[in-house]
Amino acid sequence: MYDILVIGAGVTGAMISRRLSRYNLKVLLLEKENDVGNVVSNANSAIIHSGYDPLPNSLKAKMNVRGNAMFDQIADELDVHFNRCGSLTVATSDEQLKVLEDLVKRSEANKVPVKLLSEKEVKEMEPNISSEAKGALFAPTAGIIDPFNLVVHAVENACDNGVILKLDEAVVDIKDLKDHFVVKTTKGEYESKIVINAAGLYSDKIAEMIEPIDWKITPRKGEYFVLDHYQVGLVNHTIFPLPSAKGKGVLVSMTSSNNYIVGPSSEPIEDPDDASTDSYTLGEIRRQATELVPSIPFNQVIRVFSGVRPTCTRHDFVIEYAKSNKNFINVGGIESPGLVSSPAIAEYVVDELVSKLINLEEKKDYNPRVKKYNRLNEVSEEVRNKLIKENPDYGKIICSCEKVSLGEIEDLLSRSVPPRTVKAVKKRCRAGFGKCQGGFCSPMVTLLLAKHYGVSPTEIKWDKDHSEILVSEVKK
Amino acid sequence: MLTRDLVIIGGGSAGMAAAIEAKKNGIDDILILEKDSVLGGILNQCIHNGFGLTEFKEELTGPEYLSRFAKQVEELGIEYKLDSLVLNVTKDRIVTYSNAVDGVVTLQAKAIVFATGCYERGPGAIQLAGDRVAGIITAGTAQKYLNIHGFLAGKRIVILGSGDIGLIMARRMTLEGAKVLCVSEIMPYSNGLNRNIAQCLNDYNIPLYLSRSVLRVEGKGRVEKVVLAAVDEKMKFIPGTEMEFECDTLLLSVGLIPYVGLLSDIGTEMSSTRGAKVNDQLETTVPGVFACGNCLHVHDVVDFVTDEGRDAGRGAANYIKGLLKQTKKIKVNPGDGVGYVIPQYIETDLNNDITFKFRVRKPIQNVFVNFKSGDVLVHKVVKPVLIPSEMVMIKINKDKLANLPVDEITVSLEERK
Amino acid sequence: MKEFTCIVCPRGCRLKIDDQLNVTGNSCPRGAQYAKDEVTNPKRMITSIMRVKNRENCVVSVKTSNSIPKGKIFEVMEEINKVSVNAPTHIGDIAIKNVLGLDADIVITKNVK
Repeated sequence: MYDILVIGAGVTGAMISRRLSRYNLKVLLLEKENDVGNVVSNANSAIIHSGYDPLPNSLKAKMNVRGNAMFDQIADELDVHFNRCGSLTVATSDEQLKVLEDLVKRSEANKVPVKLLSEKEVKEMEPNISSEAKGALFAPTAGIIDPFNLVVHAVENACDNGVILKLDEAVVDIKDLKDHFVVKTTKGEYESKIVINAAGLYSDKIAEMIEPIDWKITPRKGEYFVLDHYQVGLVNHTIFPLPSAKGKGVLVSMTSSNNYIVGPSSEPIEDPDDASTDSYTLGEIRRQATELVPSIPFNQVIRVFSGVRPTCTRHDFVIEYAKSNKNFINVGGIESPGLVSSPAIAEYVVDELVSKLINLEEKKDYNPRVKKYNRLNEVSEEVRNKLIKENPDYGKIICSCEKVSLGEIEDLLSRSVPPRTVKAVKKRCRAGFGKCQGGFCSPMVTLLLAKHYGVSPTEIKWDKDHSEILVSEVKK
Repeated sequence: MLTRDLVIIGGGSAGMAAAIEAKKNGIDDILILEKDSVLGGILNQCIHNGFGLTEFKEELTGPEYLSRFAKQVEELGIEYKLDSLVLNVTKDRIVTYSNAVDGVVTLQAKAIVFATGCYERGPGAIQLAGDRVAGIITAGTAQKYLNIHGFLAGKRIVILGSGDIGLIMARRMTLEGAKVLCVSEIMPYSNGLNRNIAQCLNDYNIPLYLSRSVLRVEGKGRVEKVVLAAVDEKMKFIPGTEMEFECDTLLLSVGLIPYVGLLSDIGTEMSSTRGAKVNDQLETTVPGVFACGNCLHVHDVVDFVTDEGRDAGRGAANYIKGLLKQTKKIKVNPGDGVGYVIPQYIETDLNNDITFKFRVRKPIQNVFVNFKSGDVLVHKVVKPVLIPSEMVMIKINKDKLANLPVDEITVSLEERK
Repeated sequence: MKEFTCIVCPRGCRLKIDDQLNVTGNSCPRGAQYAKDEVTNPKRMITSIMRVKNRENCVVSVKTSNSIPKGKIFEVMEEINKVSVNAPTHIGDIAIKNVLGLDADIVITKNVK
């Protein structure tokens, strides 16, 4: 019997599990995918929003503002790249300037520090901004983060503190036996006193397994461009257009790895698993983005992708006890600003909701920090040489675009949430993230994974089920 | 700090030729840094034949061709380090590399030759539409899996792009038991050599569809279907022309790009080829830094890569010996119908003649290639057929370039009436 | 009159050959010979790979020492598929002598250490 079973290892489930791992509780984290953070958390803008945008007093506003304040510590403890680069929400007409003033009022209500910038100030801060720019709202607390390792490291830290993670197990049924739940998955059955539903795009389906609900996930797809990182100084902040009913609009931002990201679109879709891109939408993003930053070098695009947001009919986060049984907690509709809100959501769920259900007794040996990562590109030549002397594999570079060593990839395999797929390697250490997009290094990574797991290279997957990279070994 | 006269980055066909030529020109302190575990670069996986007709007057496979140069490198005692990746280069020619044995090493070079080859454009670069699934793979990566490791990346294959590697892989994968359904090319003409269309597609009854591209890829996990559609002159899809192919793989052969992140980082002037701009000694706009081979511009024939590598090796040797005195600076411009011209500058009078290399923008027949400086026609050549997939080389004696009216030459095409 | 693309060099000349085997469109004598062979007995070189038994995930490249009849390509491939070799290999080593009696050997084209 588990004390708490968390469904979904996206950023929300990861942060909740980590928060729970500081207490003497038996916690199980279930994930239907073969890696953590592999759906919504894997494909988004990776912005740590300042929090001026959500409607005052909404859960989104509260969680965003609180979450933003927590990120310096989170990023430090979890060893994740984070940069408070600030955001600029740019007005390109006199009409829009008036809207900025409304946003200032909303910022004040949300207690988010902002500053209105004149046309001159905007153009000084962002030399490549459109000549149409008339002014901007500057939010200095906004930032950019590595969303992949945020989730991986949060789960790793949770596991290092005793949480049990099971991947590749989708929940198919939940029985509410009043004093506990029986959660049936594609692989087995688990009993737990408390269940926390953080199932992202499927959070409504999971919630409905125990009772009817008055909210529904209506997924919206967002498509993006990713640019290579050799064009330095395209933009220095996250650049937003004015927000609209469809969301925050198409942004242009650097990323935590000094790439540039352009997007997203926002289209309602039927199938939550639809992560396709289409040329019409990408063209439209391109048109909108160049209205803000005309000189975006689209010949530097190295990848296009799309992500699906778990937009909710309630137009706010759903973070509450189930009506029929308080021991079931729904955490649904965590769309933007979900990433930034995740530590605050975890704090609220555990400290406010779970604490009323079960005794939270702090572990004596809880360690909030992930085990140190050796990142060779971030240390001095002296340290680098010391590391290579200890482990020569740190000297052999596998990914020549992003300069990732064999040793760093091998390190990943010995951690508590090791990568099983080529994409999982890429997310963690950036091998295959560069201009050639794995053209050179993916064969080496595939063979390395096969060797580590003792399987044929034909069994190694790029990502999800049925995504094997190779179809056969010839002449065997 | 350790010092070297000449550091060559990349031990493929360009880098080996540069090293051999520099050695023959009196430079002894040479170091080749090769990221792979063998010399030869991409030729290691190009196991097909057709290499060496110009160099050796015989038809060799890629590994045979490279082995002849690797042997010379050994015989001349040129030092090379394998599994060694260059991490950084500065304007002042400080090179930092990493390998498992030496660790991270920083050294000062008198001259550097970039011979880093090229990389393949992938699905992101062409903004491929549809599901992002396994089974979308570049031709060169599939070639490495097959020819180096012995794994097939697909059984039922659609190929997008008619570049030579795609054509070669159509035959290779067919011979190894896969079914190649078609090759689709967005342009109205093929981007591969004619002989590869003949011996890789026609021989195996693989259809080539021109002016067609991938409308979308469909699949869960792995590619299940590729939908092609015709495009108009503006590359827009024409509704109602869709063709669906049930398949497990989309192989991409949609272009190669010089692999020179390190070079653009040090602020060399870059060309439309996405390689560096160079002068007649193949020196970039950063003094003492040279570039050759596919990292300068993508070649069609490896023999020409070797030749260009030699030019860069000789240029670097001249630089080290202090012979590179700028005499003038003539700018070379691509004109009508010409995509780019190498060299972009003529700065020395060390060569008896200058070979201009360029590619045309589209197939064209019966043209004059005009070399004009201001209003003066410096040189004129008749060409019966020019196609974009073929690199054109035209040699001009330096005397013809001696008294130009302006410090510029424009290379352009003129149709013969 | 038949017309096809010459494959003997990268130039890819457009060859024409008439019933009396007169060749036009070629730029060299090898092109003329190719055209004649192509209408009488079309031949091709084959390049492929063989598995290296004592190395992990490793194959070595091979080729036919001469052109073989075009119609025999897949039969020769079957012969190549049956054979594996041990490293080290050397360029020029013969892996299959006189394959299918076609007067061509299957020759190793790569040095694998």
